[in-house]
Amino acid sequence: MSVDAATVRRIAHLARIAVTDEEVPHLQGELNAMLAFVEQLSEVNVDGVEPMTSVIPMEMKKRADVVNDGEIADDIVRNAPATDDHFFLVPKVVE
Amino acid sequence: MTDLTSLTLAAAREGLANRSFTSLELTDAHLGAIEAARGLNAFVMETPDQARSMARAIDAKIAKGEGGPLAGIPLAIKDLFATKDVRTTACSKILGNFVPPYESTVTSQLWRDGAVMLGKLNNDEFAMGSSNETSCFGPVVNPWRRDGANTTLVPGGSSGGSASAVAALLCMGATATDTGGSIRQPAAFTGTVGMKPTYGRCSRWGIVAFASSLDQAGPIARTVRDSAILMRSMAGHDPKDTTSVDRAVPDYEAAIGKSVKGMKIGIPREYRLEGMPQEIEKLWTEGAAWLKAAGAELVDVSLPHTKYALPAYYIVAPAEASSNLARYDGVRYGLQVPGRSIGEQYENTRAEGFGAEVRRRVMIGTYVLSAGYYDAYYLRAQKVRTLIKRDFEECFAKGVDAILTPATPSAAFGIGEKGADPVEMYLNDIFTVTVNMAGLPAIAVPAGKDAQGLPLGLQLIGRPFDEETLFSLGEVIEQAAGRFTPARWW
Repeated sequence: MSVDAATVRRIAHLARIAVTDEEVPHLQGELNAMLAFVEQLSEVNVDGVEPMTSVIPMEMKKRADVVNDGEIADDIVRNAPATDDHFFLVPKVVE
Repeated sequence: MTDLTSLTLAAAREGLANRSFTSLELTDAHLGAIEAARGLNAFVMETPDQARSMARAIDAKIAKGEGGPLAGIPLAIKDLFATKDVRTTACSKILGNFVPPYESTVTSQLWRDGAVMLGKLNNDEFAMGSSNETSCFGPVVNPWRRDGANTTLVPGGSSGGSASAVAALLCMGATATDTGGSIRQPAAFTGTVGMKPTYGRCSRWGIVAFASSLDQAGPIARTVRDSAILMRSMAGHDPKDTTSVDRAVPDYEAAIGKSVKGMKIGIPREYRLEGMPQEIEKLWTEGAAWLKAAGAELVDVSLPHTKYALPAYYIVAPAEASSNLARYDGVRYGLQVPGRSIGEQYENTRAEGFGAEVRRRVMIGTYVLSAGYYDAYYLRAQKVRTLIKRDFEECFAKGVDAILTPATPSAAFGIGEKGADPVEMYLNDIFTVTVNMAGLPAIAVPAGKDAQGLPLGLQLIGRPFDEETLFSLGEVIEQAAGRFTPARWW
């Protein structure tokens, strides 16, 4: 399988990465090189094989459903580029 | 006094315990070495004030006979580990000037045990790379050079800063992470020892995530014993990482010097690649002979799905990366590039903040997870992964204790020599990536040099949670091959 220019733009949008028209052909080449490389997996017989979902078989531990952290709003917004009174600021979303 | 930076971690521990020198003296010696080696670009942040204050505090404790297993030992930390109040960037522009208000579990355990932090180490951006050339802080230089040449070589990656700093004697050990070979390949390129533990052995909490089902933290150190000492402090259960395993941490150091007599060592025929350099082949044969001389038994084994590990990895790892890196939105921390709408702000921020390799992998990952392609790519790759793991399980079920392979298909290459074709760079991890796919532990130990005088490493792969056997076998190789230290030119 290989991707065309329109697909490259669609993937970039899904990934929320801006790409310029000039970048598209180069990206298309790179993505197609990677897809060609992984193509060899199609020759493996995977009939009846379960996909791996857990690297080490073990039961996931669960903790009590209680608040165990909090009151650290200053810490949470400390690294934000734009904040106001413990809120993150973004461009206007709702008209 | 002899140069304190040339000691092993084990020797420094002894010197500190019997008061031959203080942690402050040891720390100052390393800070001086770091300053003199800035040309290697191994450090992206030096923390001399913090190092000296930690050293003074631990000296006071040592004087009272309190200390801890790493009391007074100066270490350096890959910039993928969150360090409280010390800038952490994953060597990506998108994290900008991020200063974590928390400490990663692995590093907190090192400080708990008395270690001293010298600073943060360079790595490939988000640990994506095999040469440390994708860092936003520029490439790291390998302290090794080819005989009679002054071409600058890569230290490998992604833990290139860790490997370079340990090899150049700038720190007594370093933290590193390994998703497809990022501890073992740079260790092999620099004549250092790199241990990638079993998946779940070390907590991933507070480590910048790349591919969560593959990432594991581990040490890069000067000797096998030093890496065993560091492992004991780094490993252990952490309730904050649900994939970390609740299992007692053994005294890994006790495995050093233990007899390997009667152990069965698998030699996998699929690792004998067509066109593999003669010297890699020779190194492998020699390593097997050393283990045999120590009483181990060599057996031919087969891991039939080996060749599919790398292509499966380049579906699974980018898929997980695209999901993990979705958090970099320019709103809560890091770089923000404005746009007319929030969507445009996301797109501009991520276009500006991610380097070429990261962008490529996020896009591939997005594609293989997108509607209509999930089954053909991602699901198939996860099934292949099951087969890769099964190969190892069948091999271990036949009584094999560990598997011996080369660590890398070549010695270190020049900066800028590879990379025009991304797949060419990916082939560096051909011997290491299978281990991550199966979640197994593996160690890279320096075992010889190539014709141009560059170090080469061997890899030992073990059963899940049997790092101890790898330390015992690694010690045999180190005793036979000796240690490898670059001649100082920087």
